[in-house]
Amino acid sequence: MCLGIPGEILETHDGPGGLRYGTVRFGGASRDVCLAYVPEAGVGDYVIVHVGLALSRIAPEDAEETFRYLEEMQELAELEGEQQAIERSEVP
Amino acid sequence: MRFLDEYRDGAAAQRYAESLRAIVTRPWTLMEVCGGQTHAIVRYGIDEMLPAGVTLVHGPGCPVCVTPVASLDRAFRIARRPGVVFTSFGDMLRVPGTSDDLLHVRAEGGDVRVVYSPLDAVAIAEREPGREVVFFAVGFETTAPANAMAVRLAAQKGLRNFSLLVAQVRVPPALEAILADPDCRVQAFLAAGHVCTVMGTAEYGPLVARHRVPVVVTGFEPLDLLQGVAMAVRQLEEGRADVEIQYARVVRPEGNAVARRAIEEVFEVTDRTWRGLGPIPRSGLGLNARYAAFDAERRFPDDAPAAVEDPACRAGLVLQGRLRPQECPAFGTRCTPEHPLGAPMVSSEGACAAYWLYRRRRAAAEAAAPAVAGAGVPAEAAAGAATGAS
Amino acid sequence: MAGEIVCPVPLPAGGRILLAHGGGGRLTRELVERLFVPAFANDALATLHDAAVLAAPAGPLAFTTDSFVVHPMFFPGGDVGALAVNGTVNDLAMGGARPLYLSLGFILEEGLAVDDLARVVASIRRAAQEAGVAVVAGDTKVVERGKGDGIYITSAGVGTVVARAPVAPDRVRPGDAVLVSGPVGQHGVAVMAVRDGLSFSSPIASDCASVAAPALALLEAGFDVHCLRDPTRGGVATVLNEIATQAGHEIAVHESAVPVGEDVAGACEVLGLDPLYVACEGRFLAFVAAHDAEAALALLRARPETAAAARIGTVKDGTAGLVVLKTRAGGERVLDLLSGEQLPRIC
Repeated sequence: MCLGIPGEILETHDGPGGLRYGTVRFGGASRDVCLAYVPEAGVGDYVIVHVGLALSRIAPEDAEETFRYLEEMQELAELEGEQQAIERSEVP
Repeated sequence: MRFLDEYRDGAAAQRYAESLRAIVTRPWTLMEVCGGQTHAIVRYGIDEMLPAGVTLVHGPGCPVCVTPVASLDRAFRIARRPGVVFTSFGDMLRVPGTSDDLLHVRAEGGDVRVVYSPLDAVAIAEREPGREVVFFAVGFETTAPANAMAVRLAAQKGLRNFSLLVAQVRVPPALEAILADPDCRVQAFLAAGHVCTVMGTAEYGPLVARHRVPVVVTGFEPLDLLQGVAMAVRQLEEGRADVEIQYARVVRPEGNAVARRAIEEVFEVTDRTWRGLGPIPRSGLGLNARYAAFDAERRFPDDAPAAVEDPACRAGLVLQGRLRPQECPAFGTRCTPEHPLGAPMVSSEGACAAYWLYRRRRAAAEAAAPAVAGAGVPAEAAAGAATGAS
Repeated sequence: MAGEIVCPVPLPAGGRILLAHGGGGRLTRELVERLFVPAFANDALATLHDAAVLAAPAGPLAFTTDSFVVHPMFFPGGDVGALAVNGTVNDLAMGGARPLYLSLGFILEEGLAVDDLARVVASIRRAAQEAGVAVVAGDTKVVERGKGDGIYITSAGVGTVVARAPVAPDRVRPGDAVLVSGPVGQHGVAVMAVRDGLSFSSPIASDCASVAAPALALLEAGFDVHCLRDPTRGGVATVLNEIATQAGHEIAVHESAVPVGEDVAGACEVLGLDPLYVACEGRFLAFVAAHDAEAALALLRARPETAAAARIGTVKDGTAGLVVLKTRAGGERVLDLLSGEQLPRIC
């Protein structure tokens, strides 16, 4: 469930109920989004938006993790391949 | 689009799949909990990229699929009332109740309107003070903060014509129920990334300790899913059972405290019946006493005739990952998206709908592939010849 | 786009359409003579006979009909009137024909603002001029308030076939290239976005336009064009399924090759829509013999209105009716028909 889409905060303003709102850009489309649940997020930050509310600020420093982990996996796979090659060559 | 496109990169996905293949030594069965993950897996063909021994079974994380028939029937009765504007997420419009769905209610004259956000429903209530506006509050913990905000906003504005029909559910009790089943073959979970964005990972510690199953909180894009599978498989290969976060750019272990406070202010934990799974104690959320005035069930009391689930529908087994959609005898015969027996065939992220849309015709094509003369020709080669795959 | 009404509104501004406007009497005549006829200004229409008498072109005729019930009637990038003209013109072009004549039947709802009708009529006039067609016949009926939706339009169109060989699904062959004339999904998103609660800060405009010029250019250049079709309801995916079934072949598509505008892409992500299933109203797909594919694409790309044209797939010798998508992540899936309209989703 839970379609949560990343968008960039372009500006913030007061919205209904005195809550903090912002204009958030998704690719080429912008929308008004309620920012009440992400007080730490500001202009220029990316947030995950679900049904018109932002739920989390995206940490760009953590976004690299997926690619760093891929490198780790590839190294692991190489080691595994070398190990298997060694085992095969040891078979009498 | 930043933070989306990078995670859909085909070359990186291929490298994940290849490196996974190299480290897998035994078959493993994983469950992805969230329907949005199921949708993405089938939509991008992720499960077909995985090494042969790694099986993904689809979990109950589709709030549309698990909304009880009784709630749906109640929704239809309310939506039929003159003077009511019944608002709902688009997902719910085709879901069948005992004998109806919201689209039919609309065709018969009910004022049923799709909204993108619960806050839009509040705006309608403000704009149309002469109508009773009801919002169908389904969803997991991801959606609860938004539903809570809608109620708080309505209370703040003193709106007397707004109410929620609540059918909120909580994930961890459902996973416990699945693990408690002696036939459960799930060895690790890919937990729902956006649920954990709100709730954090605290609830999974006890579950992992009790059942010794790895839990990897995973996102929704192809690379997220592949990395989540990789992290889970590595835990299994190494004999570990921990809670890990794959979706680190969005999920923090402590979750979103502000959102959780809003949920706690408006809702309380209740028992809830899951369509297809039956009653699961403390698995739902309901409006608490402070906000009881906004409960549509109180505002529109009725004597409910018993809700009836079609006995031919095996959604429960599908939602627990114990039956694949195409193994259900009703799949494609009595049950199709046009005439669904249950919810997973009609929800945009239901497993049955995903298989129907993305896999059914491929499977039929492969089954119809003429048998190549001579034994020992692998099935994929025969299918490849029939479909002209280059 | 210009919003001015070209011809002065002859009927009282601020007035409403009444049942009597459809009754055939004085009010009907007033409507026809003072609003419709001046807007469409051609000899055939001006005779105001029961039937238009037209010079018949030599060679086969193409004939099509359609109806237009879009809600809301005005949307960014167009309105029900422009849609009626372009939709009909495009159907003729997809049959390999140069569009010539249109008829338009109007079913108006009692209470419709005359200003709105005048605006739609002006839009029809503009679209007809741009497409090079004449509106030669028309009809007006008025239904009681609540029994319509502002304006419904039914059209019929006639054109002269210019394609040297038939342009039809049964000519599609394995090896044919599948070309799309531009970015997809604009119309469906534009219309959905103006409905309450789904709107975006910067309006997304429909691609409502005639595709006759680029389509006919392909045919007149002598390329081996086997089939043309415009992806309206149900989008590109639906058309591919129709052609694959009617032609009896398999079609392979590459998701990353399908052009989608940034604004449409963002809106689709937010609403949970797949652009491949979202309607276009100013695009077409062309199935072109392999040896002409590159040159045909170059011709389209050289024209400003089809500068973003792209090759998105190939017809295969495989399972009849099957459309297989190579996803941007590298995996494959079947691109099948949806059972109903896509609805915005939260899951």
